[in-house]
Amino acid sequence: MSTTRLRNANFEFRRIFWPAIWALASRELIRFFRQRTRVIGALGQPLLFWLLFGAGLHGSFSPPAWAPRSMTYQEYFFPGVAVLIVLFTAIFSTISIIEDRREGFLQGVLVAPVSRLALVLGKLCGGTALALLQAGLFLALAPLVGLSFTWAAAFEMALFLTLVAFALTALGFLIAWPLDSTQGFHAIMSMVLMPMWLLSGAFFPAEESGWLSWVIRLNPLTYGVAGLRRLLYSDVQLPVAGGLPAMSVCLFVTAAFGLVCIGVSVWLAQRRTSHDTR
Amino acid sequence: MSSTAAISVSGLSHWYGGRQALDQVAFETGQGEVFGLLGPNGGGKTTLFRILATLLPVQEGRVQLLDFDVAAQPDRVRAAIGVTFQSPSLDRKLTVRENLATQGYLYGLQGKALRSRIDELLARLGLADRAAHRVESLSGGLARRVEIAKGLLHDPRVLLLDEPSTGLDPGARLDLWEYIRLLQREGGVTVLVTTHLMEEAERFDKLGILDSGRLVALGTPAELRRSIGGDCLTIQTTGAHDLARRIAERFQVPAQHFGGQIRIEVEKGHEFVGRLVDVFGSEISSLALGKPTLEDVFVKRTGHRFFENGAAGH
Repeated sequence: MSTTRLRNANFEFRRIFWPAIWALASRELIRFFRQRTRVIGALGQPLLFWLLFGAGLHGSFSPPAWAPRSMTYQEYFFPGVAVLIVLFTAIFSTISIIEDRREGFLQGVLVAPVSRLALVLGKLCGGTALALLQAGLFLALAPLVGLSFTWAAAFEMALFLTLVAFALTALGFLIAWPLDSTQGFHAIMSMVLMPMWLLSGAFFPAEESGWLSWVIRLNPLTYGVAGLRRLLYSDVQLPVAGGLPAMSVCLFVTAAFGLVCIGVSVWLAQRRTSHDTR
Repeated sequence: MSSTAAISVSGLSHWYGGRQALDQVAFETGQGEVFGLLGPNGGGKTTLFRILATLLPVQEGRVQLLDFDVAAQPDRVRAAIGVTFQSPSLDRKLTVRENLATQGYLYGLQGKALRSRIDELLARLGLADRAAHRVESLSGGLARRVEIAKGLLHDPRVLLLDEPSTGLDPGARLDLWEYIRLLQREGGVTVLVTTHLMEEAERFDKLGILDSGRLVALGTPAELRRSIGGDCLTIQTTGAHDLARRIAERFQVPAQHFGGQIRIEVEKGHEFVGRLVDVFGSEISSLALGKPTLEDVFVKRTGHRFFENGAAGH
């Protein structure tokens, strides 16, 4: 047998950082496209929400004060659905952490000499790419509700959604990491993640409605939805209003939220516990 | 700074909550040795394996692999070792080649070097025609071979194999051992294998027997067998407890008993059998005399049979 000699006394850990992220992220993409049902789950359900709620709530909706012109509910709901697609994609790609742990793939990664930051970022990059892809497909429907935007605005939206997707995937990561059953994740999804989305200004405007407007203001996802909404109307300069903070605030809060979630995820992944060996 | 030990463990203890899984385990393996960790399920093998593989923290004691400290330098250890788990670690949705390529990236291999290394291992393990198959379509034995290819991909200096024979048919088991020997001969690879199969233990250069978290025996298979003086006599009987006591009294030999069996170590077994049968013949249903086996070693050191403790699994 001729064995290739690959041993290297001075293993360069820095050299494997990006290749490891690339390998883990592209694995996410390959898996996604080999599981058709996931495509339906992440894109289909929000689309259905948009069509059904859009039609059902059409009559009872009165546009918020900041609306630049008359606004249907479907138009109002539009950026909210795009963020829901991102949220669902983030959930689906991080729920696979639990499957990876159960099926054993994760233990193979944990004994590899990759930094835990690379492990986290690999997952996040994969999830973010999928989220962008699906949200992009949905945003292409904008002309249907009378919204039009330039290529430059589309590019800005892609950048901003990348930030949102990173933050939400990181949030999913830190929720999924300690769990050992997907049922647990579903419980957190319906008790935490869905309410978080409902109370982000995605579903209904958050004008002065007492305590609820405070919840909305404290919800980091509000800034993701509002940021996307602003970019969708980049031609008209929406005013700063309740539930519609300034763009700079949206950027700052989303980025800060993402960084905190990534930090917690890396910290969680770094611990050596008996949990990792299950 | 270079010592000769590939793996060095001293004073290693581990607890899961209040339950102690390892109790002051200590051993060393020389470079290029095939070291076996033998023990019944639940004996602590897997815990020890996971500590060596950097998955579990070192709670008490010291563990070094190739002069790297497992607790302080986990990354160095990870780069130097290959790990094959008992449970599958392959992504079933990916093809064999995709699985190996992912592994390669995680260990710093890329491009042409990675491709040719994958081809080399696939050919070596008889998987060349399966490269494009998804792992979910492979049989258990083939998937196991992919696991081993995965562990060997980065040419590790130490290979940790957790129960590698699980799910392999006898033919594939022989292939595996042939391959382990080849790695050792040509690559100088140190191999640590855990097994609960007594019959595999004879193949190891050196052997540690773990029972209830303690290392009850350590040495080459021959050394361990020699530690039992003379011959080993096994008696089947109905009243083992009582008969063992009386045999011990009458002949002044240590007689262990469990279930319906009595086990006696004696010099010149064939002569002893004659005297024994003269006195107790009517109470003995069957009797076997043999050179000591590793199972005898286990019984002697632990006071119970290999499979009565935890044979039903974890």
